[in-house]
Amino acid sequence: MKSILRAWLYLLPALLFLGVFLVYPLVDVMIYSVEEGYNSTSGASFGVGLYNFAYVLRDPFFLMALRNTVLLVAITVPLSTGIALLISLGLASVKKLRHLFQTIYFLPYVTNTLAVGLVFMILFKKTPYTDGLANLFLRIFGAGPVDFIDGPYWAKMFVLCFYTIWVVMPFKILILTSALASVNDDYYKVARIDATPRWRVFTRITLPMISPMLFYLIVTGFIGAFKAYSDAVALFGVNLNAAEMNTIVGYVYDMLYGDSGGYPSYAAAAALILFAIVLTVTTVNLMVSRKHVFYD
Amino acid sequence: MKPEKTPSGKRREGAGKTILTAAVYFFLTVWALFVLFPFYWMLLTSLKSYSAYNGEYIPTFFTLSPTPGNYLEAFSAVPLAGYFLNTLIFTLATTALMLFVIVFAAYAFARLSFPGKDLLFSFFLSLMMIPTELVIITNFQTITAWGMRNTFWGLILPSVTSVFYIYLLKENFEQVPDELYKAAKVDGTSDLKYLFKVMIPICRPTIVTVTILKIIECWNSYVWPRLITDDKAYFLVSNGIQEIRENGFGRENIPAMMAAVVVISVPLILLFLVFRKKIMEGVSRGGTKG
Repeated sequence: MKSILRAWLYLLPALLFLGVFLVYPLVDVMIYSVEEGYNSTSGASFGVGLYNFAYVLRDPFFLMALRNTVLLVAITVPLSTGIALLISLGLASVKKLRHLFQTIYFLPYVTNTLAVGLVFMILFKKTPYTDGLANLFLRIFGAGPVDFIDGPYWAKMFVLCFYTIWVVMPFKILILTSALASVNDDYYKVARIDATPRWRVFTRITLPMISPMLFYLIVTGFIGAFKAYSDAVALFGVNLNAAEMNTIVGYVYDMLYGDSGGYPSYAAAAALILFAIVLTVTTVNLMVSRKHVFYD
Repeated sequence: MKPEKTPSGKRREGAGKTILTAAVYFFLTVWALFVLFPFYWMLLTSLKSYSAYNGEYIPTFFTLSPTPGNYLEAFSAVPLAGYFLNTLIFTLATTALMLFVIVFAAYAFARLSFPGKDLLFSFFLSLMMIPTELVIITNFQTITAWGMRNTFWGLILPSVTSVFYIYLLKENFEQVPDELYKAAKVDGTSDLKYLFKVMIPICRPTIVTVTILKIIECWNSYVWPRLITDDKAYFLVSNGIQEIRENGFGRENIPAMMAAVVVISVPLILLFLVFRKKIMEGVSRGGTKG
């Protein structure tokens, strides 16, 4: 009896924190999402229903955020996973300098997204004083100058994708490198004895063996990219609506706080819509993976 | 064991292999430069003087007259030291509190027995699926209702627990042989003493990994601090840098901005270089970003 009490005592802090900041909010956010006309200042609502969802789905700012997020996901997830696979294969095939490369490639993971985003901003920004480095590069090809930060939509989307890829690469390279290292060498030895062509070794041995990790990266990549926000803030500032670069998560926070804030019900509805999208995409991923991922 | 080959075939393959290796090294170097370039650029720009920087219509790739002036400016014109101190307090307090919470929870799951343990643990694991973006809405309302906006408690409390780290530590605690525990019980050692004298020292590597990952997470956190603080006196570095960007040194003083960026980035880069192996190992076991 005493030991049971002790166990609960040891668990108490965790239970308290999780209860107050994780479980209760989960229930509460669902309540918020169906409370119509709730307003932080008055603290009252006038009914229960699905109006908040309808409002959010009709809000042009939400639709813009949705479009941006979907574009960002569709561009960055395949590109970053593909490049990470190429780099990891390259890393696996060399011995000298491998650790140095690995260390360098991992650096963006430990840096502050907001701080380094500022560097990307000045690299791409066109000011009265200078066209910026990116435009200098473009001029070599006879193009530009383009203002990537305050200019046309596609240019801003390009920088956002560019920076997002720079930020997410370390994690993907790390996971794929260790996946490649854990493939049993015997398979390769047999393939070498049979003089199997390189491409066949890759498609028949390497790819199936690392497919669970590759799949894991695709799933986490989708989830992460759907939740994009601070990268956009780093590049375009806090007023993402004005920059036309808002994301769904950004929309949620804007509804909660700031000049347009004070509407937790809309924020809750938008967050739940986001969660539903992420859940659907993950489920589809799981279904596709059953056919293509090789688990031993 | 290499397969036998005719001499000429071997040579041809050798040449092809050299070219391929060279191409791989070239590709890897290009990517390394791509990763390092922003760091080089922030360092370079932070060392250029204001007038030199703005005089360059075409930016130069090096500077012959580096100046520390921007760093002085970064600490005097904006409260950078204050942001730094806030982040340090926030990071240390959050990490310490988290360690306290997760060590006891992991110990209870790994060593103590009580009815409903497995059920509760499954429940804990299922909590890992809850996205932060969803619960942050209510947490914002809660902290506001408690009058904790613009306080350290408001910053710290919602970031204290991590189900994943409880899980990680519990797995590690379970690897400590049961015999040790029984022997300690026979000797009349209390659970608390056993935890601190035996379990924690044995599982130190995992605890260190968890600590470092949490420190990185805290140092870089932006969203929650932004929601909960609008008083500059409580800004963390991420919010500080955003504030500097919006209305710091005057929008055009890029070199001073870059000096601030360097100052903010250095501590974590140092931490990374010292604990490189632990961090990469820890992240591949359970970090996510991207």
